[in-house]
Amino acid sequence: MSGSDTGRDSTPAGRQGLIVVSWIWVGAPLAYGLYELVRKVTQLFTG
Amino acid sequence: MHRGRESATVMIRHRATAHRNGRSRPFIGRKRPFVAPCLPLTAYGRPLSFGSFPTGRPVPIVRIMSPPVAPPGWSRWLVPPAALSVHLSIGQAYAWSVFKPALESALGLSGTQSALPFQLAIVMLGLSAAFGGTLVERNGPRWAMTVSLVCFSSGFLLSALGAWTEQYWLIVFGYGFVGGIGLGIGYISPVSTLMKWFPDRPGMATGIAIMGFGGGALIASPWSAQMLESFGADSGGIAQAFLVHGLAYAVFMSLGVFLIRVPRPAASTDGGPAPLEGVQVSANSALRTPQFWFLWIVLCMNVTAGIGILEKAAPMIQDFFADTSAPVSVSAAAGFVALLSAANMAGRLGWSSTSDLIGRKNIYRVYLGVGALMYALIAWFGDSSKPLFIVCALVVLSFYGGGFATIPAYLKDMFGTYQVGAIHGRLLTAWSTAGVLGPLIVNWIADRQEAAGKTGANLYGLSMWIMIGLLVVGFVANELVRPVHARHHVAAEQEEAVDVRQ
Repeated sequence: MSGSDTGRDSTPAGRQGLIVVSWIWVGAPLAYGLYELVRKVTQLFTG
Repeated sequence: MHRGRESATVMIRHRATAHRNGRSRPFIGRKRPFVAPCLPLTAYGRPLSFGSFPTGRPVPIVRIMSPPVAPPGWSRWLVPPAALSVHLSIGQAYAWSVFKPALESALGLSGTQSALPFQLAIVMLGLSAAFGGTLVERNGPRWAMTVSLVCFSSGFLLSALGAWTEQYWLIVFGYGFVGGIGLGIGYISPVSTLMKWFPDRPGMATGIAIMGFGGGALIASPWSAQMLESFGADSGGIAQAFLVHGLAYAVFMSLGVFLIRVPRPAASTDGGPAPLEGVQVSANSALRTPQFWFLWIVLCMNVTAGIGILEKAAPMIQDFFADTSAPVSVSAAAGFVALLSAANMAGRLGWSSTSDLIGRKNIYRVYLGVGALMYALIAWFGDSSKPLFIVCALVVLSFYGGGFATIPAYLKDMFGTYQVGAIHGRLLTAWSTAGVLGPLIVNWIADRQEAAGKTGANLYGLSMWIMIGLLVVGFVANELVRPVHARHHVAAEQEEAVDVRQ
């Protein structure tokens, strides 16, 4: 986007921790959902 | 106060004065920077409303919440988790079926009755996205996420009360009406902001968020089932499950409210906010362009084709191979449905990201052209090869997801980022239409064929060819998409208004 700071400058250390925490916050439930999905998908080949 | 939070209305000089003085009209035409004359701007250079035009004087704009401007050093990689926290939550809607058997036995409902909260929620999703898009643009993503959080969570809490008191109408109202508003506002809340943070990869950015909507059901389905198992499937157990859902989603979505930021503006040479570049079209003007309606047809046809398989996936694969030496069991069919969900989700991120490389028009050529080919392969050879049937269905479902995720970036290419969230919201009525059209075609034809004594793959042959026809219609509509005429551009609209005023 022209005319805006899109955040590609250096990120302060404190914010890097926030990035990690926020991705874990959304990544952990998604990983659980994907794990359950894989369990169901195997039924297609074993059921 | 932090400078970044000073997003309250900023006024710029009245550029239209130059036009009245007989100077050139620099902002007409495509690919020209746009700064609206005499309009109040947000801190990142976007006009808030056309309500004040063409008075020539700034008029206070009533806003409920200022868009949260990012402080210096704010990473754009904090924005996708914010979007995901909302989309992963509201994606729970697709896991409503987990509650259906419990509700039916606890409250004595029919299958049709127990589907009512979900159906109303999807209708409200389309309506609130269509009619709430302008409010989302005006008040910013934090306001939208807050509304989504409150509505979605309250919907569950009202449903808990309804289950506890065995008042089913309260579940329909709570989950369907109130929660449905949360779905619609939440769905469009991060889209425009993500594209502003990732101007180099708008398809990928919206793909991440919209992938979350697909992923929400993957999380909620086993989680809700486990909860019903723990609390019990009677009305008290369902009430407790709804209560936990409402509270847990409120906490989970609060990350989005906390993290979401709009990019900081870069100052222009004259010290004011820098103008937006390229074509900018307002939401109201977009509705008057053929491009909007061609894209509406494109999305509707693509979604109809995908839903055609998705809605009847389990019985379809069983019917296709019922008369073969290797019939498909119920559990294997459930595995097939899960695999389709994975393809749907992967397509949202994968194909949408690919559109950044090959272009939006080309990716829709793939969705619609190759999608039609996949349907033709299923129609011709589907019942002779299980792997071929599965692969073709997976490709179609990946295109279905990709179509959803790529459309915001296509809209941005056509209409700019000015009011793309509102335009996206209005385009989602195509989804509501397809949600009725797709299942109607497949189910109605299958029922008619069954009544005519047909079995197996023959139940779906005609549906497949109708889907191919719809995809061809979508393909043609995509071919007809051209750049928006300059008369619809915001700057041109305003200049016309200035001329009228003179």
